[in-house]
Amino acid sequence: MPLAPAITDLEQVKNHPAVARLVGWNAEAVTGVKFDREEMTIYVDREHIREACVLLKDDPACPFNFLSDVTCVDWYPSEPRFEVIYHLLSILNKERVRLKVRLNSASPAVESLTSVWPGANYFEREVFDMFGVRFTGHPYLRRLLMPEDWEGYPLRKDYPVEGYR
Amino acid sequence: MAHLNPTPVLEPGQDRTLILNMGPQHPSTHGVLRVILEIDGETVVRMMPDIGFLHTGIEKTCEAKFYQQVVPLTDRIDYLCPMTNNLCYVLAVEKLLGLEIPPKAQWLRVLLNELTRINSHLVWLGTHAMDIGALTVFLYCFREREEVLKMFEMVSGQRMMTSYFRVGGIALEPPLGFFDRVREFAGYFPSKVDEYENLLTGNPIWAMRTKGVARMTAEDAIALGATGPTLRGSGVDFDLRRDMPYSSYEKFQFKVPVSQEGDVFARYMCRVQELRESTAIVRQALDGMPEGPIKADAPGIVLPDREKMKTQMEALIYHFKIITEGFAVPAGEVYQAVESPRGEMGYYIVSDGTAKPYRVHMRAACLANLQTLPKMCEGRLLADVVAAIGSIDIVLGEIDR
Repeated sequence: MPLAPAITDLEQVKNHPAVARLVGWNAEAVTGVKFDREEMTIYVDREHIREACVLLKDDPACPFNFLSDVTCVDWYPSEPRFEVIYHLLSILNKERVRLKVRLNSASPAVESLTSVWPGANYFEREVFDMFGVRFTGHPYLRRLLMPEDWEGYPLRKDYPVEGYR
Repeated sequence: MAHLNPTPVLEPGQDRTLILNMGPQHPSTHGVLRVILEIDGETVVRMMPDIGFLHTGIEKTCEAKFYQQVVPLTDRIDYLCPMTNNLCYVLAVEKLLGLEIPPKAQWLRVLLNELTRINSHLVWLGTHAMDIGALTVFLYCFREREEVLKMFEMVSGQRMMTSYFRVGGIALEPPLGFFDRVREFAGYFPSKVDEYENLLTGNPIWAMRTKGVARMTAEDAIALGATGPTLRGSGVDFDLRRDMPYSSYEKFQFKVPVSQEGDVFARYMCRVQELRESTAIVRQALDGMPEGPIKADAPGIVLPDREKMKTQMEALIYHFKIITEGFAVPAGEVYQAVESPRGEMGYYIVSDGTAKPYRVHMRAACLANLQTLPKMCEGRLLADVVAAIGSIDIVLGEIDR
């Protein structure tokens, strides 16, 4: 099966339940979409990510009620440097959607989702631990895997694989 | 070097509570889990798991490797189900590449995945029962597990770190006699599950230690991100193999065991039933095993056969190129999830168009499942903590990566 080119035009994918729901709520919160390899990605404005998740979670037609994963990608040295990625799953409709928030390196902070899904707790702590992205409103934002007194954020691209200290 | 995390501060709620440290060198924490408990007499008031003792930076290491070199690293994440991790990773890379996998390779992957599930559940059942005091079950389970490991050794040369799957197929044809051995195993294994059940399911001591212990509702399980038998034990009927099939699982007939009670016994029943269902899938895979190649027809990605390398120039060139410079993967990103014995194992891979992954992230089922532990234990007896830890079937290698 040859790869089809990615669709980034909002008009072509507006029938996707998550896109329709978010655009119908606040078109400015959606800064872009990408449909690639059968996977839907929605770029959400940083200010609106928590409300967008609440909205998708409570969607009566297609509730994305399960937070599969939270992770981050460092695009150093380009800006915006960080992408925080949320994988949402609808257990009822067997559908996935990926939300992305772009963050500048100056203040990598985004609102925590722990009030929506308590399960976001460890995932966000891991992202904080590995990338130094802060989650405002997180109840216990401390390092998860690295020792408490560790310096630096290991999964950042300017952190070498070996020989850091 | 010792792990340097200072004790997380748990402010005692009342004067009479006590902070108790459990682990990381505790036999029933299944590895190196440290749990900090605030107890009031025999009751757990608060509980805080502390992890990271096994962190090896696999995600960072992956970024410095070629795509095919990552496969052996994936074994080491969850060392009880190496094939599931292999499968999840290669499926994700194949999705990035847009590769079509021949049916025989897909069926072999399913067959080996179900054997891996049996292997993993046997370790879980043995150690979980041993934690609660039923020592005999451990010996019975490891007897059958040994047979599964020998089958793994037959196909891959390794008992545990198999690295048997490759991007585009599987490494080698299974040796002569492998299918007969699996068929024999699948024939007698259900009677062995009966043996385990005879020892435990109707046992009043087992029932007292597990029924009504460490309950969790379906809402809590979903909110905390639990998957796999931990979720199904709370009555949520969701299994990725059936609901979002991969690697031709849609062609197999199997039931998804679900229990409603949400306690330790419910999770136990789910996994024991899964042992039987996995055996059924193994039998179907043996009966319907298609003929044909085991590798995709993609010369720049799949290593050529040894024989061809000795007779064909192109094969030798491709072999040299794949080994020395890897293969480029078109830019993009995928999230591929499979149903591991513990729940949703997911790989999120970002490619920037080069031969090395830009980012590999593993969604560890155990990491999310571990978050349910305080919910299960708080307000309950201290002695039940061990039963609760056993019932969520954690592997610390996967949690810490």
